Order: sequence, then C-alpha cells, then structure tokens
Amino acid sequence: MEADDDGLTMNIAMTIPTTTAATITLAEAMEFAWYEADLLDHAVYEEWLALWTDDARYIVPIEPGVTDFENAVNYAYDDHEMRKKRVERLLSGQSVSASPVARTVRSLSRFRMLKTSETACELRCAQIITEFRRGRERTYTGDVVFELVRAESGLKIRRKIVWLINSTEALGGIGYIL
Amino acid sequence: MTSLAELTSNPDDLIRKDRVRTPLYTDPAIFDAEMTKIFHNTWVWVAHVSEIPNNGDFKMAQVGLEPVIVVRDRKGQVHVHLNRCRHRGATLCEVRKGKTSSLVCPYHGWGYSLDGKLRGVPYENGYDETTLDRSELSLKSLRVEDYNGLIFATFRDDIEPLADFLGPAKKWIDLFMKQGGGYPVKTLGEHKFRFPGNWKIQLENTTDAYHFPLVHKSFLTAVDKETEQQLDMLNNGGFVEDLGNGHSVMVMIPELIDLDDNLEAPIPEKFAELAKELATEGYSDTEVRRIVRAVGGSGFNVNLFPNLACSMAFFRVLQPVSVNETEIRHIAIGMDGGPAAANRARIRLHEFFQGPMGFGSPDDAEVWDRVQHGAQGGDDMWIMLNRGFPKEESLPDGRHRSDVSAETGMRAAYDQWKRMMTV
Repeated sequence: MEADDDGLTMNIAMTIPTTTAATITLAEAMEFAWYEADLLDHAVYEEWLALWTDDARYIVPIEPGVTDFENAVNYAYDDHEMRKKRVERLLSGQSVSASPVARTVRSLSRFRMLKTSETACELRCAQIITEFRRGRERTYTGDVVFELVRAESGLKIRRKIVWLINSTEALGGIGYIL
Repeated sequence: MTSLAELTSNPDDLIRKDRVRTPLYTDPAIFDAEMTKIFHNTWVWVAHVSEIPNNGDFKMAQVGLEPVIVVRDRKGQVHVHLNRCRHRGATLCEVRKGKTSSLVCPYHGWGYSLDGKLRGVPYENGYDETTLDRSELSLKSLRVEDYNGLIFATFRDDIEPLADFLGPAKKWIDLFMKQGGGYPVKTLGEHKFRFPGNWKIQLENTTDAYHFPLVHKSFLTAVDKETEQQLDMLNNGGFVEDLGNGHSVMVMIPELIDLDDNLEAPIPEKFAELAKELATEGYSDTEVRRIVRAVGGSGFNVNLFPNLACSMAFFRVLQPVSVNETEIRHIAIGMDGGPAAANRARIRLHEFFQGPMGFGSPDDAEVWDRVQHGAQGGDDMWIMLNRGFPKEESLPDGRHRSDVSAETGMRAAYDQWKRMMTV
C-alpha cells in the first residue's frame, strides 16, 4: 500500500474503472465511524491502529476554529508512532491513571456528510462519551470530524478531529482515547 | 480547638520543619485563611508579557479566588484590575483573552478606560455630585511589577518590591529564559486541567523528583533511550536549593542549567532531523546548536511561591479553587520570531507529557487525587516532608540545599506558608 494519499488515490483510480467506483455514502461512513467507536470502547486497539492511513493524524485541538493544527498546542496531535505509544500506555499497566483504563461508552449521532467522492469523504457527527473509573463518572461532549479515504480493504481514517465543546476549560485527566 | 485557631496558638501541632498535619489539605477554614493571608498579601503571578504584547490586549486571571483583568493600556502600561464593576459588582469581562479599547459593564453600561478610570455612566442625570464622584469609582487596581517577562500583581502597596521578593530566584529565572534560544520567550498555548485535591499537593509536586521514575514510568517507556537516561534524575547529580521566601529550585539535569554552555556537545539523536531542517533554512551552525539545545528546555524547575513554577520547558500555574479542588495550567513556551520548526518541536514535546491527554499529567493528577482521598482519614496524622532533612547543607544566608530527591523545596514552601499564616 502506498504511504501517501495521492498514491492511494491513484491506485484506486487505476484499479477500479470510474464507471463502477461508487461515491462513499452516508450509511457506509456512519457504519465505519460506529465501528471505530466500538473498537475503542471495547479496547480492541490492534484493530483500531490498523484503521488509519500511514500518514493519518488523530487530533484533539484546544482552540476552537484553529486550522493549522501542526503549529498549535493541542491535547493530542498523534501520528502513527504516537497512536501506537498511546495504545501501549493503555495496555502496559505502568500508568497509574490507566490502571485500570476507564470504562467508556460513546454515542455517535447527528451524522452529516460534509463532502464526498468515490475516493474520500468528510463526515461530521456528535459524540457524547461517558467514562467511569474509581467510582467517578464524567462526560465529554464534542463534534468529531472524520476524513475517510477508500482503500482496497475498505474505508480508512486520514484524519480524525475531536472538537470538545469545553476544550478551553479545565478538563479532568483523560486516560483513554477520545 | 479548630485547626485554624491552633495555627496561631500552637502552630507546632500543625506544622513543623519536616512535616505538616492533614488539616492543611482538608480544612476549609484553613483554605479560606490562605486566600487572604497568603494570596492577598504577596506577589502572585498573573501573566507572561507575551500574552498581552500589544496595547489593548487583555487576559483574565485570578489572584487567589479574586477575578482580575490583566490589560495593557493605550500607552503600553500593564494594569491589573479587579474584574468587578464599581456599580453593582458584575464582572466586566468573561472573555479569556482578547483586545479591547475600553471595559464596559454589560449590566448598566458603566464604561472604564483601560487604565481603570470610570469614563461613561449612562443616564447620568439620575445622579448628582453627591452620589457619583467618578474619581472615587475607578476600578480597584492592584500593584503590578514584572521581572524578565513575568508579570506579578499584589493587593499590598507596602510589601517589598518584586525583585526583592524573588531574590536568589532571579538568577534561575534568567537561566530559564535562555530557552528562547536567542529569541524572546513567547507563550504558545496552554493545557488546563483540574484535580480533586488541595493546591499545596501540586505546590509540592513541582519540587518532587522522588516521584518521577515511578509515576512517570509509562512516559519514560515511551521516550527514546537518550531522553530516558537524561531523565534518570535521581542518579544524575541534581540538587534542590531553598531560594528564600518559599521559592526553590530543583536541578534534575545539571548539564542543562545554562543553555548557552556546551554548545559544542553532540546534538541528541531525537533532534538530528530538526538540526538538519534548520541548517537547510540557512541558520549557522552556532545558531542551530543554540536553538536545538533550547528546544529541549532547561534541566530544572524554579518554584515561585505561591502559584508559579518555571518548570523545565513550560510555566506551571496553580489556581486554588476550593480546599479540595485545584486547577493547573501548563503554558507552552517557545521562541518569539524563532524558526517555526523549532516551535513545532517544542509544542510536540509539550503535548507528549503535559495536559489532560499527555503521557505525564494524568498520572500526576491521579496520585494527587489519591493524596486528597487518603487525607480524608487520619486527621491527627502527619504528611512527611523529611526526606533529605538530616543531610541538608546550610548555606551562609540561612538557606538550605540537598540532593535532588530531598524534600527541601517543599520545606522551603511550608516555611513561607507558616510565616504568612501565623501572623
């Protein structure tokens, strides 16, 4: 598989005749987003790590409206290496705030396809995630924007941005993946 | 007898040189007294100069629990006003930061210039000179002084100048600011989080090297080998020094005290790519070395009593909320006008450890939370701060110094706490 998106797009363009390449539908993208949510809530991290393109970013920004994430301070700005480290941290038992990892249930709804084509789409939805750990329940609410691309194996994430509605407020320690 | 009464009548029952009793974390009356006896009576950090660079720039802050506005007026002078209209007490500002030409109360429209003077009162004919004397109704302004970019405010006009209050800490602040790498230091953004615990638990932590290898094991596992060795701080010859007035410095990586030194040292592997990028952008070899060394931050924490630490590569700001709730801000800093690639590298390092989703802060928050939880039991028991006490070296001016894992910095902070709380 090609490392960069352009390569990916070209591959698809070459192997799939344009007449049969279908636009990514809302139903298809929703199903994928729910699948990702389910993997995180049920700690199926290896499978989760495989959902991303090689150059993908997982971003939890702080300042509303920021577009240049790379030059901004975020809560998370993870490439593949950092996502892997995050997963290792959750599984290692070395982190006192992640031993045990908080139990989470996330609910994704209010989906809207912002852009779509045969090869890529941008999906926005609401996410409400409830965590429970050490007798304490907390909720984090936000918008999630997925940039998905069609790969040979199905959809993959090129970018996932979690826009918490209270991102500029003081949060509690979040010892799991939003 | 209540703990608070005990504090004045028999302080040794609550606080000694090497230990403090549990009510210091749990007693709401002690917390209330701290907000006046300490936060209302000393210099409190409110801003870095780069947060309000231009005339009209402002930010919200707090001095203890009291809301203030830090603002640069039309002539460039910095003021710190109580965020409270002189009419009926509403806040004038609920925007974290921004730019403005005046401060107008949303309730009845009283308007103030940025220097705090009352300018506009709508429907003024409802008052006469006996009921509205504008000169008496300026915003309540605090005394403001700054040192090397750090802006402090105090409610007290009669305490020592800031420079005297900081004393020996000034040298360390100057060293810390060298991580501008030849550029002025600038704030880049911040992480804020809360933990359910007393503010002094965090105050102690910035001078606690002892917890690092255990609490931050998952972070140490995630970094490269070279960084891991550098952060093996209990074995690197570091030290803690009492700097007077509750301040202290904890040196964890002695070779990173002065970032202008050792520029000829090999560039760490993790910064090799950055160094190459900077060279390609046309920076000279010396500039590259200075910038790259600065990107990694300083090898020490300067703890300034009561609410700021210049902590390796960021500012740690402590905001008490209640006896068992504290807000922490980790402000990222970088090079004002420096290469974007260097600031990006600093930001990524900041995100790695700090904040609610960092690989370090959540573990800190968890153990602090546990201290507060544990302290709900054993009201008569002591919190021990005696690590390194017997072997402590006394400096000629009465200050103390010990090895890096000693609780010398905490003892320095509690000395000041006791001086201020027992008057």
